[in-house]
Amino acid sequence: MNDVLLNIKNLKTSFRIKDDYYAAVDDVSLTVRKNEVLAIVGESGSGKSAFAFSIMGLHTRAKIEGDIDYKGINLVKASTSQMRKLRGKDMGMIFQDALSALNPLMVVGDQIDEAIFLHNPKSSKSLRKKQVINLLNQVGIPRPEKTYHQYPHELSGGMRQRIVIAMAISNQPELLIADEPTTALDVTIQSQILDLIKELKDTINAGIILITHDLGVVAEMADRVAVMYAGQIVEIADVYTLMENPQHPYTRSLLNSIPTLNDVKEELHVIQGVVPSLQKLPRTGCRFAARIPWIEESSHEASPELHEISPGHFVRCTCYKDFYFPEQAEEERNYVAN
Amino acid sequence: MSLIEVENLKVHFPVRGGVFQTVKDHVRAVDGVSFSIEQGQTYGLVGESGSGKTTTGRAIIGLNDITSGKVMFEGRDLATINKKEYIDVRKDIQMIFQDPFSSLNPKKRVVDIVAEPLRNYENLSAKEERIRVQELMELVGLSPEAIYKYPHEFSGGQRQRIGIARAIALNPKLIIADEPVSALDVSVQAQVLNFMREIQKELNLTYLFISHDLGIIRHMCDHIGIMYKGRYVEHGTSDEIFNNPQHIYTKRLIAAIPDSNPRNREMHYENRKLVKSEYDKLEKDFFDEEGLPFSLKSISATHQVALPERG
Repeated sequence: MNDVLLNIKNLKTSFRIKDDYYAAVDDVSLTVRKNEVLAIVGESGSGKSAFAFSIMGLHTRAKIEGDIDYKGINLVKASTSQMRKLRGKDMGMIFQDALSALNPLMVVGDQIDEAIFLHNPKSSKSLRKKQVINLLNQVGIPRPEKTYHQYPHELSGGMRQRIVIAMAISNQPELLIADEPTTALDVTIQSQILDLIKELKDTINAGIILITHDLGVVAEMADRVAVMYAGQIVEIADVYTLMENPQHPYTRSLLNSIPTLNDVKEELHVIQGVVPSLQKLPRTGCRFAARIPWIEESSHEASPELHEISPGHFVRCTCYKDFYFPEQAEEERNYVAN
Repeated sequence: MSLIEVENLKVHFPVRGGVFQTVKDHVRAVDGVSFSIEQGQTYGLVGESGSGKTTTGRAIIGLNDITSGKVMFEGRDLATINKKEYIDVRKDIQMIFQDPFSSLNPKKRVVDIVAEPLRNYENLSAKEERIRVQELMELVGLSPEAIYKYPHEFSGGQRQRIGIARAIALNPKLIIADEPVSALDVSVQAQVLNFMREIQKELNLTYLFISHDLGIIRHMCDHIGIMYKGRYVEHGTSDEIFNNPQHIYTKRLIAAIPDSNPRNREMHYENRKLVKSEYDKLEKDFFDEEGLPFSLKSISATHQVALPERG
C-alpha cells in the first residue's frame, strides 16, 4: 500500500545488564499509515517507551535489531547524520515530561526557533519568528508575543506541554510520536491537548503513534490499538474491535480494572502479580501465563505467536480461547447453587 | 453528628518581597471552604492542580497552618485547640500520601516505618511491637516476614500498602488520602482502591479522598466537593454531581473525561465543544470580577452550587 509511512519488522531492542543483553522490545512488527493514530497501550515496564525511542534513534547504548522502514530508509542502519536530518523534520516527538524536555535557561520562543533553524539554516530570523508566533497560536497559547520571551518555569504544566508540541510540529513532520503526552495534566487540559493533536492530524495529514496507559484516551483518539506486554504485542486491532471485543486475557483484564463513569462496580478487577523485570522475564512460553495462574498450562502455546482471528485483529497465544475471570466464574457457581 | 465539620476554612500563604522581606500580599490557597463528613463515609475533594484541595487536606491534619475558620473533629476545634489536646486528637487522623516512593524513608526498615506511630503513642515492648506490625502487614496483604526489608525491595503498589499500614496503625477514625493511586499503574490502582474499600468496611474508617481523577472519585465517594481557586463551586452526592451538574465549571470538568466507548467519540467531541462555548459565554456570570466563584446556594437538601447572584 502506498500510504504506509512506517513499516517495522521484527524490531528487537536489548539493553545490557552485567554482560548480558536483555530484550525490552522483543520482536515487534507494526505498520503506521498516513493520517492514522496508532495507540500503544501497556503498563509501565511493558516496553512502550523503549519502542518509541528505538524508532527515533534515541537509545545510546542499546542493541537494536530488525528493520524500521521509513519511506525507504532503514532507520536501524541509518547513520547519525542521517538520523539528525530526519529527527525533528520528518519525525517529531512529544515527550512525556515537558519540564525536563525543555531547556530551563532558554526562552521558549528561541527553543522552537532552534528546531526550525537546524533544518533550514538559511532562513531569516524575522521569518522564523513569525513562524514561531504562528505555531504558538496554533497550539492555543493566548498571548504568543509575550510567551515567546518567557522561560519554561514561568509557564504552567499545560502551557509547557503545548510548547513541546509546538516544537514537535514545527517542521510539519509526517510522523509524530507522542509518549504519554497528557499523563501529567489535568483532565480539562488533557482534553484540549488531545483535541489539538487530532486537529493537527487532519491538517498536516501525519501518522501518529500515541503511547499511553489510559484506555479512555485510547477510546477518544485511536484508529488502531496495539497492546504491549513484556516487550511483545499481545493484541492488535482497530479501536472498535479492541474495546468491544477484546480477546487477549491481558487486554480484557486491563479494560476490567479501570473505574468508569457509566457503570459503578463494587469491586475492580485486579491483575495478579507485577510486570516481571527484564532479567526475570520468561523468554519461552506465554509471558502473561504467570499472572493468570488459574488458566491451565495446556491452554498456552509453547512458543506463542500472533494469530489473525479476523481481518486485522491479531491475538498472541491460544490462551484467550479458554480465558475467564475467576470472580465471574464464582458468581455463576453461586447463582447456580442458589 | 458528623465526624468532622469544616467551617469556612481559610489558608492563606504570605508572599514576601522587597528589601526586608516584608509581607506584600497573600496567596489565598483555601478561601472559605465548608463541608462535613459522616462516620464511615468517603468524601471526595476534586479540582485541578492549584485549586487548593491538597492544602485543605493538609490543613485538617495540621501540616499547614489554618488562617481562619473552624475544623470541628468530634466536637473539638482543631484550629484553636491547645498543643496537648492536639497530640491526643492527632492519632485519630492519619494521612496516605501521593507518592509511595518519596513518602517512605529509604533508610528505615518496614518495621520501623510502620511502628513509628506506635512508638509515638503506645508504650509497647519490642515483642509486642513486632507482633502488632506483623498483624498490620497481614491486614494490608503483605507477608509478615517482610518486616525487616527496606522500601526499595517492594513494588509501587506494595509500598502504598506499607503507607496504608502506617496510617491505620493507631486505629484512626479519619484518613486523608491525597491522590493515593495517581502514581500507580492502572492494574495496581485497582488493587489499592479495592483494598481501601475493604479496610473501610472492616475498620469503619472515614475517608477524605483527594483526587483529580473523576473516574476514581465516582468509584469511591459518597459525597463530592468540587474546588476551583480555593473555593467550592459545587457540592453534592456522587449521583447529583455526575448526573445533574449545575455549575458550568463542573459541566466542563465532566465533559473533559474521556469516554471509554469509541463509538461515542464524535458525539463526545461535539458535546465538549458545546460545553466549552457555553462556558465561554457564561464565564462572566458564574465568576466575579476576580474570576472567583460565588458563594454556595442550596438547590436541594444535599446539593449546593455556586450560582451567580441574581438581580
